[in-house]
Amino acid sequence: MDLINAIIVLLNYTVIPALTYGSQLALGAIFVTLIYGILRFANFATGDMMSFGTMFAVLLTYYFQSLGISFGILPTALLTIPFAIFMMILYMLTIDKFVFSYYRVKKSPPVQLAMVSVGVMFVTQAIIRIIIGPSDRRFLDGEKFILKATEFKEMTGLNEGLTLKSTQAITIVVTIIVVSIMFWFLNKTKTGTSMRAYSDNEDLALLSGIDPKKVVLITWVIAGILATIGGILYGLDKSYRPFVYFNNMLPIFAAAIVGGIGNPYGAFLGGYVIAFAEIFLTYAYKRFFIYLLPESLEPNSLIQLLSTDYKFAISFSILVIVLLFRPSGIFEGKKI
Amino acid sequence: MAFFEGNKMTAGYGDGPDIITSCSINVSRGEIVAILGPNGAGKSTAMKAMLGLLKLKSGSVSIDGNDISSLSPQDRVKKGISFVPQTRNVFAELTVRENLEIGAFLREDDINKVIEEIYELFPILKEKRSQIVGQLSGGQRQQVALGRALMIRPSVLMLDEPTAGVSPIVMDELFEHIIKVKERNVAIIMVEQNAKQALSISDRGYVLVTGENKFEGSGKELLKDPEVRRSFLGA
Repeated sequence: MDLINAIIVLLNYTVIPALTYGSQLALGAIFVTLIYGILRFANFATGDMMSFGTMFAVLLTYYFQSLGISFGILPTALLTIPFAIFMMILYMLTIDKFVFSYYRVKKSPPVQLAMVSVGVMFVTQAIIRIIIGPSDRRFLDGEKFILKATEFKEMTGLNEGLTLKSTQAITIVVTIIVVSIMFWFLNKTKTGTSMRAYSDNEDLALLSGIDPKKVVLITWVIAGILATIGGILYGLDKSYRPFVYFNNMLPIFAAAIVGGIGNPYGAFLGGYVIAFAEIFLTYAYKRFFIYLLPESLEPNSLIQLLSTDYKFAISFSILVIVLLFRPSGIFEGKKI
Repeated sequence: MAFFEGNKMTAGYGDGPDIITSCSINVSRGEIVAILGPNGAGKSTAMKAMLGLLKLKSGSVSIDGNDISSLSPQDRVKKGISFVPQTRNVFAELTVRENLEIGAFLREDDINKVIEEIYELFPILKEKRSQIVGQLSGGQRQQVALGRALMIRPSVLMLDEPTAGVSPIVMDELFEHIIKVKERNVAIIMVEQNAKQALSISDRGYVLVTGENKFEGSGKELLKDPEVRRSFLGA
């Protein structure tokens, strides 16, 4: 019984939150890796682009609520996803047309494009500040819990409760759906194959008649979908604070690099690697050990390896270690 | 008039000096033409000019009597001109079959038949069809590169040093494949370093020196020509 309680503690406080957080990072990391693989630059505006898409979801959620539209037990924000994605893609294509395409045509080095994306980041932040302001907003409605701790305890008679928030379940399910569709698209369709070919060998792709404009367009469309959905899921789960997304860029980049930059499968798994590492290393294991160890050995301290304040240090350390020892990423296999 | 012609082409890279001056190359269907010459003679440049990868300052390129001098490389591909670059001529991260599919990117019809034809021509590719090309040997990669270029069923095939960096045995094998392609009524132009071997399978050859036509003639003539032998064949 103690063993089961211990496992429930771990599931409740580490595994489920890590799967949720990992899914959110994975979507961002695939975004980074796609832009890097196809447009060939590290996009520092990633976090703020996710925030930008989420902003529309928040505003539309308020609007829908004022009209009395709801999605039953699911958050209204899910209904706004298509519209938010549309606005996001529109914004990305505008930015691409007026900013990135100039440097792409000039064949500027990737570093220059990365610096340009820093500029885009500042502009995006400013636009967000103008439209919605910097304050914290909750836009989650509908049923909050799928499984409450007390219900679980009653059901099983265990001491420890297992909670499953609806946002956690939604995040994991939506991520699986989005990522499966994206991998199917990249691997099984003609357009997807042409994108991988363009990423692999641009000159030969051009000689084979692949239209670079179309590849760039579709890349931004997919990127817009990933950024918006990733941002909305994170916002639903944690509340929407426009400028927290900027901080998430470190774990997102770490995930993309751990997975081998340019490799979407790696980025997907990398998201979970980073999330699990962050949560496992900052979790206080005291309760877990109380169940497992005899009373005489019961721990006095929290048994926490690192304070949660060091969360970002973990992604950063992983990033450095991977760059030192496995610069091409920890996952073998094909790139995009 | 030959099927595919470059007439008096003058071209260079960007604003730099002219690499080829008044250089003429032509090829008929079912014929292999080799472009030879010392390093820096403008062999690859002549080929790139015919493909449209660099702008002509003067001269013209025509296929089947139509002037295509102003078309982009992509549009020339649509006219049936296929090119195999010297390096990075395959999609190393894609499977063999995906490489062939990309080769047929512009085709709207059912490509399975063409893929079967390629498999017939290069049986090894059928065996390795779901393998990542990056894991294949040099010779096999060259076959993938040829296969990819043949997917549009080209009327003209241009090869930039197809045997660079492969062993002599593989080289013979590749030349055999090139002859098989020629038998399908394709016009083939190739730039080669292995001049003797190239001439032995070529119908005609051009020797370029400093961007100009220096000698031309049938493979046998060039092989016999004492001056060509002394200057370019090392004998």
